[in-house]
Amino acid sequence: MRRYVVDRLLGMVLVMLVVATMAFLIVRVIPGDPAGIMLGPDATPADVAGLRTRLGLDRPIPVQYVIFLRDLVVGDLGQSIFLGRSVLQALADRTEPTLALTLMATLIALAIGIPAGIVAAVRRGGALDQTTRGLAMLGASIPSFWLALLFMQTFAVALGWFPVAGYGEPGAPFLERMRHLIMPAVVLGLISSALITRFTRASMLDVLGEDYVRTARSKGLAERVVVMKHALRNAMIPILTVVGLTVAVLLGGAVVTETVFGLPGVGNLVVQAVLRRDYPVIQGALIVIAGIYVLVNLVIDLLYTLIDPRVRYR
Amino acid sequence: MTRLRTAALFVWRNKLLTLAIVLLAIVTVLAVFAPLFAAFEPGAMRIARRLRPPSDVHLFGTDEFGRDVFARVIHGGRISLAAGGLTVLFACAGGVVLGILAGFYDRADRVIGKVVDGMMAFPDILLAIALVAVLGPSLTNVVVALGVVYMPRVARVVRASTLVIRELPFVEAARALGVPTHRILSRHVLRNLASPLIVQGTFIFAYAILAEAGLSFLGVGVSPETPTWGNMINAGQQYARQAWWIMMFPGVAIVICVFSLQIIGDALRDALDPKLRRTV
Repeated sequence: MRRYVVDRLLGMVLVMLVVATMAFLIVRVIPGDPAGIMLGPDATPADVAGLRTRLGLDRPIPVQYVIFLRDLVVGDLGQSIFLGRSVLQALADRTEPTLALTLMATLIALAIGIPAGIVAAVRRGGALDQTTRGLAMLGASIPSFWLALLFMQTFAVALGWFPVAGYGEPGAPFLERMRHLIMPAVVLGLISSALITRFTRASMLDVLGEDYVRTARSKGLAERVVVMKHALRNAMIPILTVVGLTVAVLLGGAVVTETVFGLPGVGNLVVQAVLRRDYPVIQGALIVIAGIYVLVNLVIDLLYTLIDPRVRYR
Repeated sequence: MTRLRTAALFVWRNKLLTLAIVLLAIVTVLAVFAPLFAAFEPGAMRIARRLRPPSDVHLFGTDEFGRDVFARVIHGGRISLAAGGLTVLFACAGGVVLGILAGFYDRADRVIGKVVDGMMAFPDILLAIALVAVLGPSLTNVVVALGVVYMPRVARVVRASTLVIRELPFVEAARALGVPTHRILSRHVLRNLASPLIVQGTFIFAYAILAEAGLSFLGVGVSPETPTWGNMINAGQQYARQAWWIMMFPGVAIVICVFSLQIIGDALRDALDPKLRRTV
């Protein structure tokens, strides 16, 4: 058990090192001079040279890399070029909408995907199964930004049920802010539920064919008990894995959806940074978002040990 | 001939698959021969005819500059399909090399495995946005960025298949006969990778169409003047209340393509690799 946890932690550190290295390299493979590109064609050579020194771009790449890693370890992600503050501060200010949106969307996706997957598996081959599979496939084919626009037009503009966009007035109460997240969360949750439905169905079908399920049935247990207690618990491992994958999909989806709904989240910050070529922000956001993904998957790996004793004793 | 007939029968019996193939064929033909089907130039502006609803003359209506939405949707299909197809080629080329190396050489596996894990920690669209931001917005750079994004997926599938193939008796026999490694890889391993690659390629095609549309929509993809489905939805959102058709039809085109490709991908997986059928 301890070895399993240590192995996973070491693996996470290595993956984060790769993530950080890639984020570092992406910003440095820019054809031409990054400082010149960031400041635009009107900048004077002195401005460009100043920015190069400020960002440390005048030093050799290996030296830049060592400094970058040293700063990263103490949580220093550098300074934004346009926002006039540290990248970490800029990200921290934008965290609430993104995390709340991702969390709400995950809950919605699970609330739709798991029951739908179970029903489809239990009624395998039937009309309900076919319909669920068709809808799940359709859900995975709709661009999130397009569905977001359709929802906005229907439920906010035409029916007036939800706020059209934004995150409330500055200093708006918590519930008011969350009200602005309902529609974006439903859009993302619906799209992500497609993947969870498909995995739950597949995983349940695997388990429902096992001997112990037949034994449970032959003992005369009610079908509900067999499905919910004997089958679902064993089907949870692959389902949990896909929840981890969904977090990546949702964090990515949040980037696009936040832009449509004008939410001041990390996604919106990244898109603005890209349009302004604020490379330190792009680099920092890549590291933090990938870090969240790696952390969520580590937690899921550790959850396996609680759900499945077989993992504990391996 | 018998194999062809079996395949035809398989398609015919599966109604949803038939529908997917027909829909994708229609979109592809319309896109490839767009100049033949479009009665108007995609960029031709007629301010007097702006924001006209769908009619006999303008099948999908006109946009805010009086441009024919149908002409723009089918011309936009060229960009989407090209971006999707080229991304598949790029991702498969890189993914096959990485996957075979990782699957065949244990030492390479340790390095490549971690790099692939690291790359897959970035959400697809975020990594694509960052890469296009750095490379600059153009169709070529969108393809390169999406190719890099999807390469790890291909590498994982190829690695898993290579691990199985390298233990098969005919590979062992080839090795015992002293066939050089590069020949074993090209003759025996590569050939047996065709099925998982075709399946994976079909799904990447679908994801790449979605991702390209997302990049265009955000304004970081192909230049906004080019009619792409994402660009059209972006431009149409301002007029969504009075002219729903501007953003509706490009969206429907994306859904049709991606839905069809996923149905075809699923069917191919069932047909080519029955072992995988139960896993997803």
